[in-house]
Amino acid sequence: MQKENVSTNIFDDLWDFFSSIKLTVVVLLSLAATSIIGTLVPQNQDPAMYYQAFGEVWYRIFHVLDIFDMYHSWWFQFLLLLITVNVIVCSIDRLSATWKIVFGKTRSFQAARFRQLPRREEFVSDRSQEKLAALLAPVVADNFSYSTVEKTDKSTLVFGEKGRWSRLGVYVVHLSVVLLLLGGLIGSIFGFDGFVTIPEGESVDRVQLRNGHAAIPMGFEIRCDDFSVSFYDNGMPREYRSSLTLLEGGQPVKQKDIIVNDPLRYKGINMFQSSYGVLSPKEVSLNFESLESGMNYQKTVKFGEQTDIPEGLGRFVIRDYTGNYRIRGQDVGEAFFGVLVQADKAPVEIVLPTKIPGFDNMRKGAVAVSIRNYTPRYYTGLQVTKDPGVWVVYAGFILLIAGCFITFFMSHQRLCVEITGSGKKNKVTVAGFSNKNKLGMQNQVTRLSKKLQGVVNNAPSTMQSEDPS
Amino acid sequence: MNSSIVLSLTTFIYAFSAFWYLAAWVFGKTVFGRVATWTVIIGVCGNTLGIGLRWVESYQLGIGHAPLSNLYESLVFFAWTIAVLYLIVEKKYHNRTIGVVVLPLAFLAMAYASLSPNISDKIQPLLPALKSNWLIAHVMTCFVGYAAFAIAFGLSGMYLLKRRQTAGSGSLLSHFPETGVLDELTHQMVMFGFLFLTVGIITGAVWANSAWGRYWGWDPKETWSLITWFVYATLLHARLMRGWHGKRIAFLSIAGFLAVLFTYFGVNYLPGLHSYGAMGQ
Repeated sequence: MQKENVSTNIFDDLWDFFSSIKLTVVVLLSLAATSIIGTLVPQNQDPAMYYQAFGEVWYRIFHVLDIFDMYHSWWFQFLLLLITVNVIVCSIDRLSATWKIVFGKTRSFQAARFRQLPRREEFVSDRSQEKLAALLAPVVADNFSYSTVEKTDKSTLVFGEKGRWSRLGVYVVHLSVVLLLLGGLIGSIFGFDGFVTIPEGESVDRVQLRNGHAAIPMGFEIRCDDFSVSFYDNGMPREYRSSLTLLEGGQPVKQKDIIVNDPLRYKGINMFQSSYGVLSPKEVSLNFESLESGMNYQKTVKFGEQTDIPEGLGRFVIRDYTGNYRIRGQDVGEAFFGVLVQADKAPVEIVLPTKIPGFDNMRKGAVAVSIRNYTPRYYTGLQVTKDPGVWVVYAGFILLIAGCFITFFMSHQRLCVEITGSGKKNKVTVAGFSNKNKLGMQNQVTRLSKKLQGVVNNAPSTMQSEDPS
Repeated sequence: MNSSIVLSLTTFIYAFSAFWYLAAWVFGKTVFGRVATWTVIIGVCGNTLGIGLRWVESYQLGIGHAPLSNLYESLVFFAWTIAVLYLIVEKKYHNRTIGVVVLPLAFLAMAYASLSPNISDKIQPLLPALKSNWLIAHVMTCFVGYAAFAIAFGLSGMYLLKRRQTAGSGSLLSHFPETGVLDELTHQMVMFGFLFLTVGIITGAVWANSAWGRYWGWDPKETWSLITWFVYATLLHARLMRGWHGKRIAFLSIAGFLAVLFTYFGVNYLPGLHSYGAMGQ
């Protein structure tokens, strides 16, 4: 007996702890405060960078506290778990009471509760109680989804009620928060986040994961048929476009051009345009200008393949290529590197920046080499993700918006029109309250009272309409 | 007439209206208040025209897009939402003293956009990542939320001043709405802003998922918008469930707006990727 009591108490204490709003406030503010850290310390950078930036002692402290990947750290996840448990326990704790209010078969209106309200609207009329009730009840019924008339020995009461179900809005919000966190969890367990780089004309079947170094098979191949980039007149990038073909067992199964904001989706895996780069072209068309004869010779050479220059001026080979060559710290774009071998001389390394024609003429050698043209070759960088939790998250999004709207802008409203007095001197008192937006409810009571007064005043005169009995 | 001139004029019109609201409050003259209201209406018309012209001009440049793509354009839209939302509040609650604190905010947003040397008012083409239908929905909802929080911030400031008013003193503060009304109105504005901030964060997440394949990446702007969301969520829970009122709600509302400002401006000084709204673009 004793033991059971103790365990019940512990359970009660735990329940009280997790159902308290104090916990909500503390955890929400803790989440807000700690989230700041990750915006000040760049996340998931190279450890060497952190070591340099913070020094050894702070590096070690931050490392122990997982500051460098804080949103995935045990303590941040713990806060998220706390808020989840808090939301669930709070909702369960309060739902049964709300459920009774929302779905209760019997509705109870206590006239005393309305009489205690600080603000009530009143007007007097010389009509009888019965007549007033008959006039006012339909107006209340028009404005409230449920209405009823009660008669006591001294007064007649018209009650109206609407928006009971809006009390469930907050549970919809809480459910949505749980769905968001659940969806995130599903994604992190069953999904992946990786990238691939594919040179034009080539294909890959494995994706490199971002966290960790594993490459996992996708179950199909992605081939990049073409990549293109276009620019605005001011040099800003306009569009990145990759033509992709998906292959299964060597057979094409899907083809699509993707651009940023328009990904390719196949079998739960999504491919997003994310980056690009240039690769060394396969062949280059060159021009050799002989200083002695002034003659120009054109030749198309393959990368790494030696070619003889006419007039016995030597042999030339393209060895290397870069997308961003720097001259005195200035980026001048693409450049080729070649080697010129002449008889009886040491080999000369030649740089050919494509945007500076005649660059090699400045060397003043027996032959000046220049680039005529070449076909640029790109590789495309794709973000490849799989997230089976995303639909749970989206469901959470929809519920979150709907729930917030219901919670903030709809309320459970109750109204009481009380007609008191006797004979030809009757007083009508209008009062109402709602569970939210008290100010708005008061305004509404005032408006409704004016409307009721109008109905009473505009009704046909007493003599004609009232029952002579 | 081009959009820059119209928007510069709008800046001054908002300054004028702020001045008239101040005059109406200090001298207690209704006629000044009426002038102030009409000045705001003219300002909103100018603001609307400026945004519309800018939209048209972007098409004339052959890079047509909604004018919501950089810091300048967002500030202009921010001022517009503050002014429009304020007019609605004024119409609903019949008190012009709120304009004394709110209109300067609309003016400041416009003045900062027009006068700061770091902010370019040039119409720029859209980067590939911004070419999405989610752009308009995301930016609009975020800024309606921010504007509501800005007004809540103004109301909280008024509340803190008003509660120091000594009984019976005929000071200027007596023209402010009652503390209860200010408190309730702050709450209303926060709820309205919270709904829009929520939708703003969600549209951003859906957009990020269609552009980069993840709905949440903890980049500084995302994180700060979530911090803002946490602060206002705290306010709403404290009020609805613990019955917090008055001073504490006012302080939370001010803290929330500081988080909004940091989300909007401060984040640009942090390392990160969400740079479209940053300086110099």
